[in-house]
Amino acid sequence: MEILLIDKVFLIVIVFAVSLVIALYSTLAERKVSAFLQDRLGPNRAGIFGLLQPVADGVKFFFKEDIIPNHADKALYILGPSISMITALMTSAVIPWGSYIEFDGRQIALQVADINIGILYVFAVVSIGVYGIMIGGWGSNNKFSLLGALRASSQMISYEIAMGLSIIAVVMMTGSMSLGEIVRQQHGFNWNIFYQPIGFLIFCICAFAECNRTPFDLPECEAELVGGYHTEYSSMKLGLYLFSEYINIFISSAIMSAMFFGGYNFPFMDLISSPNLLAALGLIAFFAKILFFIFFFMWVRWTIPRFRYDQLMTLGWKYLIPLALANIVVTGTVMLISSSFK
Amino acid sequence: MNNILFLSLSLVSIFSAIMVIFSKNPMYSILFLVLTFFTLAGHFAIFLGAEFLAIVNIIVYAGAIMVLFLFVVMLLNLNKESEPNTPMISKIAAIIAGGMFLLVLFSALTNQIYAPEPLYTKAGEIGLVKNLGKILFDEYLIPFEISSVLFLSAMVGAVMLGKKDLKQG
Repeated sequence: MEILLIDKVFLIVIVFAVSLVIALYSTLAERKVSAFLQDRLGPNRAGIFGLLQPVADGVKFFFKEDIIPNHADKALYILGPSISMITALMTSAVIPWGSYIEFDGRQIALQVADINIGILYVFAVVSIGVYGIMIGGWGSNNKFSLLGALRASSQMISYEIAMGLSIIAVVMMTGSMSLGEIVRQQHGFNWNIFYQPIGFLIFCICAFAECNRTPFDLPECEAELVGGYHTEYSSMKLGLYLFSEYINIFISSAIMSAMFFGGYNFPFMDLISSPNLLAALGLIAFFAKILFFIFFFMWVRWTIPRFRYDQLMTLGWKYLIPLALANIVVTGTVMLISSSFK
Repeated sequence: MNNILFLSLSLVSIFSAIMVIFSKNPMYSILFLVLTFFTLAGHFAIFLGAEFLAIVNIIVYAGAIMVLFLFVVMLLNLNKESEPNTPMISKIAAIIAGGMFLLVLFSALTNQIYAPEPLYTKAGEIGLVKNLGKILFDEYLIPFEISSVLFLSAMVGAVMLGKKDLKQG
């Protein structure tokens, strides 16, 4: 398969734009979902159904006065939200958005980079994401920010372990760490969720914790910490922090659907012969799954109260990690037994 | 192309490594160390073709260990005033020890420095996960297992130290 630079550039720009637009409209969706769950109407003044609300919010963020506190460490204060945003956008490089399309006699893979350690790349970027919060929280030179940053980073480190362990079972089954290969092996309706329900449960819980979403949103717990790590932030710097959270939700939804729900695969896909139609339908299927998971994130946020901090740590270290280890052992045993019967 | 890439990456890594030492603020030191790990990972991935090593380097060092360092620095709130005044004799001792270490390093590496070839031979697919796993679990099984036992003992030791009172347990 010939790879042209222009294809990749094109793909990168599209993925970038799509992530931003989806994150933009997630903010509206969040408010609409919360309104629905609380029997309210939600924003409905700007545009029809409030469709222009995110635009209005964005404009407002840009035009607010940008304040850098006197006592803050200026360089780190600016670096914090930048790292958060960059790492949030970087992960999308290894996600396979579709199989391939045929254009001008060439096959163009709908994945920016199919590296053979794709899933580890995701983990590396996620583990760097902690720095955005830590640096911002420390650089603000405010005790609430610092406490929020400490909570965020210890939470993210703790849940990264369980998350990695839950992935190992999938990698063992697939025999590859490339996300493209993992998705290819779930062809049709052969999705990993049927083999790894516990792995998915652990991964999903950890994804909530990594995104700092309720019930794990202790880093920005309003009742205790004012605004958490972004207490001192204003204007678009605050906007970047809040925005990167929504991009992270989008990306983790994409990874959950790719790892466990077949990505762009859908049942009876073998009936379609045209590769371009297949790619289009696959893309629709993938985005339907992603949007469902984004909704799921919001659904949980407005339904479940947050944990206490010690409960959060207990859940991570005493339940999820042993469960994930047991899952690996069971998967290995079943694989060994089934391979000896073949 | 490779040369320019190698030079610029090396310059950044050396600069950030130096800045680790010269930064007044420990927070900055740690961030520069993270940058150093990144450039090293870049070297592994680009010039040695060892993607797995590069990514694990980032996950383990930049993503986990350095975050713990940051934790400690954040909580200790180190600064110039609280830094203990080291006596002159220990400074001199440190200079002598460091100089001797440099001498040993230099004499050990002096034959290696002027052999730039291996840097550019992208060592095939040795760094891929599959090959690495096969080598580790085949040729080097015993060292691998022994080092994992070593890690286990380190973990047990950390837990032992972390417990305040063993009897209450």
